[in-house]
Amino acid sequence: MKKRVVLYINQFFAGMGGEESAHIPPESKNTILGPGAAFTQAFGDEAEIVGTVICGDSYYGEHIEKAREECLKLIRAFEPDCLVAGPAFNAGRYGLACGDICTAAQRELNITAVTGWYSENPGRELYGANVFAVPTVDSARGMKDAVAKMSRLALRLMSGEPMGPAREEGYFHRGIRKNFFHEKTGAQRAIDLALQKFHGEAFQTELEMPVFKKIPPAAPVKDIKSAKIAICSSGGIVPKGNPDHIRVSSAMNWGKYDISKLDDLTPENYESIHGGYDRTWALEDPDRVLPLDEMRKLEREGAFGKLYEYACTTTGTATSVANAESFGREIGELLKKDGVDAAILTST
Amino acid sequence: MVREIEKTAGIPVVHIATIVPIMLTVGSNRIIPGIAIPHPLGKPGNDEEDHAARRKLCERALKAITTKIDKQTVFKE
Repeated sequence: MKKRVVLYINQFFAGMGGEESAHIPPESKNTILGPGAAFTQAFGDEAEIVGTVICGDSYYGEHIEKAREECLKLIRAFEPDCLVAGPAFNAGRYGLACGDICTAAQRELNITAVTGWYSENPGRELYGANVFAVPTVDSARGMKDAVAKMSRLALRLMSGEPMGPAREEGYFHRGIRKNFFHEKTGAQRAIDLALQKFHGEAFQTELEMPVFKKIPPAAPVKDIKSAKIAICSSGGIVPKGNPDHIRVSSAMNWGKYDISKLDDLTPENYESIHGGYDRTWALEDPDRVLPLDEMRKLEREGAFGKLYEYACTTTGTATSVANAESFGREIGELLKKDGVDAAILTST
Repeated sequence: MVREIEKTAGIPVVHIATIVPIMLTVGSNRIIPGIAIPHPLGKPGNDEEDHAARRKLCERALKAITTKIDKQTVFKE
């Protein structure tokens, strides 16, 4: 028996118009639209498109929860085994909608879901960890290739066979690592990789490094004499006893500590709990990592307006980029709320 | 963390640490090289030198805070 597939597309691929129709609410059709014909052909005897759900890109983007709920209802009515969304190429709102509805279909309807997008589509950043998505080029000129990859992946997933690594199966990795026994040790594999690199051969890393974003620099402080300045650190400097139980590595939280009545950090009042460097010198004098003593002196001398009443600190070793970013956002919100004009953050 | 504080609060954030390439990689904009990884703002051994080194870096941070930049900048002095 053929597997039942629902196709999710936007107003444009449904032939209902471009930007002027981007506000249309979700609707479903029993017919095959847009890339549906190509999918039908690619699925052959194994699966068929039983319905198409359409939603305007702006509608989805502006009413995510409502759109998700309405689309899920329409999808459920077709009793599908699988949802195929897009491909979205580099269309941002469409990529978001595809990622969101695939995530929801997996979770709420317990069915297979597949999408496709360009590597820089914002949908990938938001939903890439949840869904199976194939890499596409940045525009619809890559439709044929995207349909071939997506249909293959959808059939593969519906077969229930265990999935192999992302790069072998042809989908974007979801940040998941599986443990298995390898015939070579890590040291041997590392030497092999190094030799391949030395010889200019193609090689595949086992551990991809995260890509960091850049932002334009903030404007400078105009009047330093009246500026409120915060000191922060990822060097693991905390009040003695580590009251917030910040982990010595892979931190899950950060602490906000009242330094308004302190002029100096000493081994009696503060300590370093950081697990990633030799703490001998920081334990001897925590100011060597979080420079309260000299900042207090400069404040008294009038070199700047005021030292912010709190120090915000955590441990930076082996802390995930996602956690570090969310700590940064939380600290940023706090400093903004308290009218801080600039910050100095130290790391070890 | 530095980048997200700067972005969220909209204020300049000076990053003092020892490995400059990492600060550049993670997107810090105002960068000051520290003294050593376990004591970025200290010169253990001689108390006077220890404080002088720390003060110098703090003063440089204040300078960085008030300096207009249009790209990632390492403040070496």
